[in-house]
Amino acid sequence: MTKLPFKLLCVTSRLRAFASKLLVLAVVLVSGLALAGESRVAKPAVIIEKADSQCVAPPEEMRRNHMEMLKHQRDKTLRLGQRGAKVSLNGCIECHASKKTGSVLGSGENFCQGCHAYAAVHLDCWDCHQPKAHTKATPAPAAAGAKP
Amino acid sequence: MSETSSSRRRFVGASVAGLGIAVAPGIHLIAAQGPAEPAGASNAKRWGLLVDASKCASGCDACVKACATENGINETVADARQGSQWIRKIDLQDKRTGRQLSLPMMCQHCANPPCVDVCPTGASMKRADGIVLVDRHVCIGCRYCMMACPYKARSFVHQPLTEQNPEVPRGLGCVESCTFCVQRVDRGQTPACVEACPEGAMVFGDLKDPNSAISRRLAQVATTQVRADLGLDTGVRYQGL
Repeated sequence: MTKLPFKLLCVTSRLRAFASKLLVLAVVLVSGLALAGESRVAKPAVIIEKADSQCVAPPEEMRRNHMEMLKHQRDKTLRLGQRGAKVSLNGCIECHASKKTGSVLGSGENFCQGCHAYAAVHLDCWDCHQPKAHTKATPAPAAAGAKP
Repeated sequence: MSETSSSRRRFVGASVAGLGIAVAPGIHLIAAQGPAEPAGASNAKRWGLLVDASKCASGCDACVKACATENGINETVADARQGSQWIRKIDLQDKRTGRQLSLPMMCQHCANPPCVDVCPTGASMKRADGIVLVDRHVCIGCRYCMMACPYKARSFVHQPLTEQNPEVPRGLGCVESCTFCVQRVDRGQTPACVEACPEGAMVFGDLKDPNSAISRRLAQVATTQVRADLGLDTGVRYQGL
């Protein structure tokens, strides 16, 4: 121990402080969970339509990183004009839209909404993107759009 | 550096490079090398459009309709002034001679776009191949670009939308304009308005390729850039103004 350089000593003492903080946090968390008990939100019962087929990455990777993958891809597609990449939002919908509603939104059974409602993460994607697979927008009514 | 530490470094380096260490499911210390990325827009090209205004018939709005269908512009707005207008038809008359003219007006896809200059977030942008776009992921809807555009080419979406085409995302709170049907161009097609024009009054192509149909036409006939005095170097040119 005496031979350790000063910098390393600092690191070990900081680590010890961090570990004690972690322990406190864990105790608080566990007691919080115990208190919450029955009132927890039910886990999402998402129906995977194509359970036998393979996604672009393993499920654990997708769960953790899908937002990063989509975020990087959106910039590449829009700003650099790269098309046909492995990751694409329309690709998600092709596989994951519900067979009943044709959409990834609608209820807790639906792929995107189910998990995002559970995780309380707001979904901005569908404010602009089309959540239904194989959609063709209806032609414009005569009254639509501005007149010159 | 001692013998031991250098050999240790080599060992650690090799094992990290070989494995791409996974700490937990979905977390990697070092990203694995992905497959080659698809080619994107290149600055070897510059997309342009030539409109022959002498062929454009007053009262015909085939291009406007085709644009609306391709880009899913189908919402009914409470106030007609708020409707999205990616392309519009304009009728002109020379007051002295009475000569009448009709032409489509849309984003001119400037080489020096003022909308990009004024955008505070970088949402208004020009692709390498000259197509001017709005990155709605970054657009905050401030509408500076609408003020800056001399062609009144941009619109603001005032209401929530649900009927978008999958390839053309658009929605509340963002500015939008003609994209040269970028989703079609990237597939090797021409914009919907060009395809729909019954008079064949529009030619779309690469301005940098001297053998493209548009470049050959530009070399033969007199063409005009609208408000050329602004020095914006528009990608849309007009013949017969």
